[in-house]
Amino acid sequence: MQNHTGPDTPNGEIAARQAMMKVLALAARADIEAAFATLGSLPEFTPMRAPETGLVMLRAQAGGQGAPFNLGEVTVSRAVTECATGHIGYSFLLGRDTRKAQTAAKIDALWQNPSFRNQIEARILAPLRAKQQAADQLAARQTEATKVDFFTLVRGED
Amino acid sequence: MYVAVKGGEKAIKNAHQLLADRRRGKRDVPEISADQIREQLSLAVDRVMSEGSLYDRDLAALAIKQARGDLIEAIFLIRAYRATLPRLGYTQALSTATMQVERRISAIFKDLPGGQVLGPTFDYTHRLIDFKLAAEQEIASGVEAQAQPGAPMPKVASLLGEEGLIETASAADGEGDPTEMADITREPLSFPCGRDLRLQSLARADEGFLLALAYSTQRGYGRTHPFVGEIRVGAVDVEFFVEELGFEVPLGRLQVTECEMVNQFVGTDTLAPQFSTGYGLVFGHCERKAMSVALVERALRAEEFGETVQAPAQDAEFVLSHCDNVQAMGFVEHLKLPHYVDFQSELQLVRQLRKDFAARPAQGAEKASVK
Repeated sequence: MQNHTGPDTPNGEIAARQAMMKVLALAARADIEAAFATLGSLPEFTPMRAPETGLVMLRAQAGGQGAPFNLGEVTVSRAVTECATGHIGYSFLLGRDTRKAQTAAKIDALWQNPSFRNQIEARILAPLRAKQQAADQLAARQTEATKVDFFTLVRGED
Repeated sequence: MYVAVKGGEKAIKNAHQLLADRRRGKRDVPEISADQIREQLSLAVDRVMSEGSLYDRDLAALAIKQARGDLIEAIFLIRAYRATLPRLGYTQALSTATMQVERRISAIFKDLPGGQVLGPTFDYTHRLIDFKLAAEQEIASGVEAQAQPGAPMPKVASLLGEEGLIETASAADGEGDPTEMADITREPLSFPCGRDLRLQSLARADEGFLLALAYSTQRGYGRTHPFVGEIRVGAVDVEFFVEELGFEVPLGRLQVTECEMVNQFVGTDTLAPQFSTGYGLVFGHCERKAMSVALVERALRAEEFGETVQAPAQDAEFVLSHCDNVQAMGFVEHLKLPHYVDFQSELQLVRQLRKDFAARPAQGAEKASVK
């Protein structure tokens, strides 16, 4: 398990991996699979844990910053897979899509491998990120268009 | 005497077949898909997620289809489903302050940083039936602003908090230890209960019940003088600490509605008067529900603020014991299941009473016999 990203991993590396995981979490399964299919020949993968769907309890805080409470649950799917190169890929994603979780775990394993990272970045993450940013920006502009522009009527009574 | 009754299997089977038939409706009308429900009846989906206490849009949409649009039945299906899944853990606390806002309004300040953003709202519509919707038509997409969005949107409560005008909550108010935090899915309700259990129970409570209670406080049954400090709807990131990895994994984003009510002052000998608050946070876009939660939540803090508990909305035991519609429907609707044997004993009893009544002595004599 020498390739395992554990607590000793440098912070920059963890942040980059979190950013990669977030891109996959927000992407649609079809988009991930289409991008994954362009990778060409890959090492073998062996599932280390059967993909599984479970519940995670969401925490919130009263007033957004006060006493913590349990808001309710959300479905989460997880997968752990071992790449023939020894890298272990994890994925935890909202929803019940275990197939998406399996592909995301494979991508996580490949991303940890320096000889694959650039390819993962260019072929999978960059296009997914661009699509998400475009969607977020569109939504933000549509929201912004509903912002109230107050103006005051001057009645001219002096 | 107990008589085991068997039979009815065939009738039940056929009834369920008929249910499936009627659910499908006239076959010359296209079948509705769960995707269509998720996209086009999204507020019904949000209500089912919120009261089912399980965030999963696809599942809620399917439950609505299965339940023929009976939302409480759909909520029941969601609750039953969640009971089959293992609990993987707890997320980090959601940050509503950094929400990707799609709607944010305040009724207490006209001009506030980030502005009043209406988003997709029924407010200011004329509530006239739009007959054009009866025919399929192309719908234009939302207008896009020319200005670059992204102005920061601080929480309205934090603006009041800067001057100390409103009670400020800190995480230290509640026990941060996950094992100590109340969880209604693990432990049944018990009283008195903390704010954690109250907020969890209200988040999954029946919207209609809370709406009526919230309304009752406005009409004088536990008045709280509320103002909408802020309502915000939008997407928040979900992060989950994974032991094996040693860091927080981003799981994705989900939509929530948050309402902070600003209520009239409280103060003590040592604390200058300041506004008090009621808080509501619910899954999806459930604005009426979030407002109702915040109103009832504030009313339930009566004891904490030394107010007299005299109205139903202020009575935690009354509110929290009756706010869950799955529990309520279970107990109400069980009455329609066979009670043949119970009723036999009632019948026997009433017959006996009538026999006694008929055999009673004449009126004058009866008086004398009273002990």
